[in-house]
Amino acid sequence: MPHILTNSADALDGLLFDGMTIVAGGFGLCGIPENLIEALRHSNVRDLTVISNNAGVDEFGLGLLLQTRQIRKMISSYVGENKEFARQYLAGELELEFNPQGTLAERIRAGGAGIPAFYTKTGVGTSVADGKEERVFNGERYLMETGLFADLALVKAWKADRKGNLLFRKTARNFNPIAATAAKITVVEVEELVEVGTIDPDQVHTPGIYVDRILTGQSFEKPIEQRTVRAGV
Amino acid sequence: MGWTREQMAERAARELSDGDYVNLGIGVPTLVPNFIDPAIEVTFQSENGMLGVGPYPTEEEVDADLINAGKQTVTALPGASFMNSAESFALIRGGHVDLSILGALEVAENGDLANWSIPGKMVKGMGGAMDLVAGVDRIIVLMDHLAKDGTAKFRKTCELPLTGADVVDMLITDLAVFERKGRGSEMFHLLELAPGVDLEALRSKTEASFIA
Repeated sequence: MPHILTNSADALDGLLFDGMTIVAGGFGLCGIPENLIEALRHSNVRDLTVISNNAGVDEFGLGLLLQTRQIRKMISSYVGENKEFARQYLAGELELEFNPQGTLAERIRAGGAGIPAFYTKTGVGTSVADGKEERVFNGERYLMETGLFADLALVKAWKADRKGNLLFRKTARNFNPIAATAAKITVVEVEELVEVGTIDPDQVHTPGIYVDRILTGQSFEKPIEQRTVRAGV
Repeated sequence: MGWTREQMAERAARELSDGDYVNLGIGVPTLVPNFIDPAIEVTFQSENGMLGVGPYPTEEEVDADLINAGKQTVTALPGASFMNSAESFALIRGGHVDLSILGALEVAENGDLANWSIPGKMVKGMGGAMDLVAGVDRIIVLMDHLAKDGTAKFRKTCELPLTGADVVDMLITDLAVFERKGRGSEMFHLLELAPGVDLEALRSKTEASFIA
């Protein structure tokens, strides 16, 4: 059974060390573990390698850890929303490994499933293929990509029960379920903790076996990057 | 002279068929849903993990947990589904998405596409573009025929880093529509000229060879 914690510093207590690798869920600012990221910032842990599709924005999400120079390397697919990121990278202060988004997702999925490598067509004939093994299957060229596995996964879920079974909400699901599988320790922040038995087993998105700690009782800011609306009816 | 962005989107919308699953890139492609024949049903996929993307929400409907791949707030249509990122790209890489409509920086006459990087200048990343062009059955590119500095974007070869090699099936610019019948050694054929554009003017603004 996962430990249930109500303080974000406690949720990470004893798990952090300089130079560690962290995989985080989220797409843009949607479904990011915002309270755990804030706790990382206050921990002062340094030289992090962070596996995350995006790097937040300058003032929120993983952007906060770029401000404090706690991140040494990012493995991401798109960081276009973050000016500080671009500045640090172009100045040579930050390492960056761009992965096609589907390759990144599959690397995390594979890592969590004990699959060390796989082949994909994505990136054949591009700079992504540099230095990678290429093989032909059924007349088509494929690249070998390796699985990713981190020291710690930080995940945002909508609901959890006390056994760690998780439900995600709408597109806030994104990378969270796969991130939860791809680390030695998985910490999940949730909007709501419910009693065992209230989540229908048929509806569970992530089974509790992956979850080590649950952070509850936090507030969520959930900023919106592009607020697009149509006229009301 | 030439087509507006809306007219380019309208032309792309005519390529959609009833029952298609479609992924749209950011920029001009996001205008395509405004021009779909109401008699056909098309399902839009967003690679952050959604099938059945609906229109932008009203103020009351805005939900921070419901965005598209451009990070814009959207709605979910009846029959929509959500999935994690690995499954979302399994749809794309597994060849289950029929059509993707993307923007571009450069397209080459052999179907190469560059749309993600300007070395030393633009540090953004490819996002899902490389997966889309590698996995989706048919790729349509919508772009301006000329760059802002007047250079041709439909070229002999791409100078910028590639998103995919030999992946573009149709190119719609503000001046013309080009298509090739298959990949490999197939060349682009000129299908249509925009109003007020003649072949000579088009050739003078195009570096790529094509069949007129």
